[in-house]
Amino acid sequence: MTRKIRCIDCPKGCSLSVDIENGKVVGVNGNECPKGEKHAIAEVENPVRVLTSAVLSHGLALKMIPVRTDGPVPKTAQKKAMEEIKRIRINQPVRVGTVIAGNFLGLGINLIATRDCEA
Amino acid sequence: MDAYDIVVIGGGVVGVSIARELSRYKLRIALLEKEEELAFGVSKANSGIIHPGTQNPPHSLKGGLCVLGNRLTKKVCKMLGVEFKEVGELIVAFSEQEIERLISLKKEAEMLGVPRLEIVNSEWLRANEPNLSKDAVAALFAPTAGVVSPYRLVYALSENAVQNGVEIHTQTLVQDIVPLAAHGSNGKGRFEISTSKGIFKTEYLVNAAGLFADEIAKMAGIDDFKIRPRKGQEFLLDKKREHLTNHVIFPLPSKTSKGILIIKTSDGNPMIGPTAQDIDDKNDLSTSEDGLKEVFASAQKMIPSINRNDIIAYFAGLRPTAGDDFIIRHEEKVPGFVNVAGIQSPGLSSAAAIAIFVSELLKKNGLSMERKLIFHRSEPKHTHLFTLPLKRIKKLIKGDASYGDIVCRCEMVSAKEVRDAIKRGARTLDGIKFRTRAQAGRCHGSFCTTRLMKILGEETKKAATAITKRGPGSEIVKQDRNDTR
Amino acid sequence: MIHDRDLVIVGAGPAGMAAAIAAHESGVKDILLLERDQYLGGILNQCIHTGFGIEYFKEILTGPEYADRFINQIRKIPEIEVSLKSFVVHLTKDKILTFIKPGIIEEVRAKAIIMATGCREKTREMIHIGGTRPAGIFSAGLAQKLINIEGLLPGKKVIVVGSGDIGLIMARRFVLEGAQVEAVVEIQSQTQGLLRNVVQCIEDFDIPIYFKHKISRIYGKDRVEKVGIVRVDDDFNEISGSGTEIECDTVLISAGLIPENELIEMAGVEIDKKRNTPASDELNKTSIPGLFVCGNSFKVYDIVDSVSRDSAKAGRLAAEYLKALK
Repeated sequence: MTRKIRCIDCPKGCSLSVDIENGKVVGVNGNECPKGEKHAIAEVENPVRVLTSAVLSHGLALKMIPVRTDGPVPKTAQKKAMEEIKRIRINQPVRVGTVIAGNFLGLGINLIATRDCEA
Repeated sequence: MDAYDIVVIGGGVVGVSIARELSRYKLRIALLEKEEELAFGVSKANSGIIHPGTQNPPHSLKGGLCVLGNRLTKKVCKMLGVEFKEVGELIVAFSEQEIERLISLKKEAEMLGVPRLEIVNSEWLRANEPNLSKDAVAALFAPTAGVVSPYRLVYALSENAVQNGVEIHTQTLVQDIVPLAAHGSNGKGRFEISTSKGIFKTEYLVNAAGLFADEIAKMAGIDDFKIRPRKGQEFLLDKKREHLTNHVIFPLPSKTSKGILIIKTSDGNPMIGPTAQDIDDKNDLSTSEDGLKEVFASAQKMIPSINRNDIIAYFAGLRPTAGDDFIIRHEEKVPGFVNVAGIQSPGLSSAAAIAIFVSELLKKNGLSMERKLIFHRSEPKHTHLFTLPLKRIKKLIKGDASYGDIVCRCEMVSAKEVRDAIKRGARTLDGIKFRTRAQAGRCHGSFCTTRLMKILGEETKKAATAITKRGPGSEIVKQDRNDTR
Repeated sequence: MIHDRDLVIVGAGPAGMAAAIAAHESGVKDILLLERDQYLGGILNQCIHTGFGIEYFKEILTGPEYADRFINQIRKIPEIEVSLKSFVVHLTKDKILTFIKPGIIEEVRAKAIIMATGCREKTREMIHIGGTRPAGIFSAGLAQKLINIEGLLPGKKVIVVGSGDIGLIMARRFVLEGAQVEAVVEIQSQTQGLLRNVVQCIEDFDIPIYFKHKISRIYGKDRVEKVGIVRVDDDFNEISGSGTEIECDTVLISAGLIPENELIEMAGVEIDKKRNTPASDELNKTSIPGLFVCGNSFKVYDIVDSVSRDSAKAGRLAAEYLKALK
């Protein structure tokens, strides 16, 4: 099977033609640098994204506190992650970087606040 | 079940003017409006011109009422603290033949009693209207034309009416009318009106239902006229172009309309339009690219420097036409029922005169009218920060800190003005816009909508998801994170 | 009473903050930073996605994190006086500026002024979409504020007009919040946004993009019910017979930005009418000496890192101007 993937590691945006067998990359064409190959393998074998969203606070200055994961989340886990994010309530002031949920979804990464919020 | 002396159906400028005029007398009056707020029907799309009375057939009902209405509106505005700018109008001729038509328009208008008309030449036009096309050769100048904010006039009239005892019922849709004429006029209750908010009984019934006046009349047993909506699309320009013209500018009128105008507005933004298109759907308020092209081409013919990029907003309104003239009459077939229908242009200009006309009609038909000892005249003038000099703003902010809390940055509207508007009856974002101009500027509410929703929610104890643009069905947001657990 | 100030900066978003810090570094000791919102940071506070700081900090940050770096610096500089909820209502060519805030109106005579007032979004009216005017039409930025700051979801079935970055990012945001994005409609033949946003916001969620299409009409009485979309030719004219309709309850307008320069226009600065920016041959300068404009109100930037870099230069220009006065 061949899949078209656009490399987004740099603004060049090479169009990659990726040969896949049994979920594994066996060949990459169209890349102008080695980044393209790495990108193709990651996108095919374990696509991940940093997830950003906002969580509800309770009794704080801001109603919504913006958050992100401090590491990548598998694309397949995004939906579950959003469900979890919607469940969280924060009732203590936070700073940029405060861990909101440690070992988020057991993925070995944290959900952290991205904005200060006072009481 | 409540019994009234008079029920007025329709909360536009006509209905509200009638209710207020009748509130001078010892009468129990209710006004019924189907929308969440007043002026949300025909009136909200009015261009705000108080016509001097030109461009009407000499023996028409609307011609006479317009001339009188122009004078009365000025008085009413003064009394209620509504700004009336007497800017004057120019009907412009572009050729010698058109000057002939100006002369005959002038004669007709003078027969109706329009004062101080003058034909001005091209030198006068250059001096007094410098942006007007150099092709203009002459104009009919009517100095008594003015502009008002149509909705602010309606709100001021209704507040004054309420002050004088009129009950206003919004979101009250009339579903059926049963004339109980057989019972005679003994006591209150010649009509039983079924509405979405219950039954109202009344001795006299005034139908000022605008686009739906034919349907209301039919319920009462009168079926001899039909309301045809005539759509008008209007385009508002940026306030930066406030001084584009000094007068309201007209071309020569056609059979169906006064043509595409350059309108000065009470709020400063010039407006161009309206189109005139007969349609069938009473809910069709859509605008189109063709409408814009038509309006723009005509406007540019008069004022060549108009630029498409100056357009910041547009909307459509429907004129409720029923033939060429107004229909204002007591129905002999249904004693106590007064139709006020087909009030198209110049309806806003005529409303104050229509109110007196209807009041006399009711008297003639048996309504006993005894003046109240006290008719409350004065209303505090509502402050609009953006119209004031800095010194005054300074004073206001000292008096109330929240005048310094600017919510709408394009039109400079403070939190205090928004809260005042809600206290005076605004229940929707459009209601706030019409009263304060918040969201009416160049960003169209992108910056202030969230703040307005919060203030409206606080003042009316409504959840964010219940805040609407113009009533049920027009909620702004679909879901609150707080509700998703 | 008029207060005298060396430097007044209007707007404390990324541009105003960078200008203030740079002006201070260049020796200006009396700076008043006016912000109309109740927080520093400007629009960055609602841009909770990542993609900021790659050039400036060599890190990938979210908008609030990027703003936080500057806010922390500003807080440490006592010579920068911050005035929040402060709205400038008037500006003259002699650099007398009037601002109001709750309870206070103040006139300031500034030796130099830097305007960092940012942009507003093009509206539905500016791109001339016909039809009705129901609830459910939002600028992308308003929708972003509703979701990210207010926690309110504007709609469930969304059409995005324009494929600029804000539109693409909001498409993803709607999907993550549980809404359906029916389509992105772009009048040009290719996307206007960054490639990574096309991939991560649109392709990741299989959202259809219609290139060379536009919204011909919005339908709906009280709330948006559907839109008509139509193909356009190379001159952007509608191709007749190519129209279809898409049901939706929300139309998001992401059709570009307009610099906010009404105040300097009031003061008499020469304006490039087409772009609504100061007519200027040199970065950050205007036709009035000592009155500078930086950030998105000077020109519309693609990324915030360049705003910070160029706005710092405005701070230095103001410092030089003030030195030359002495």
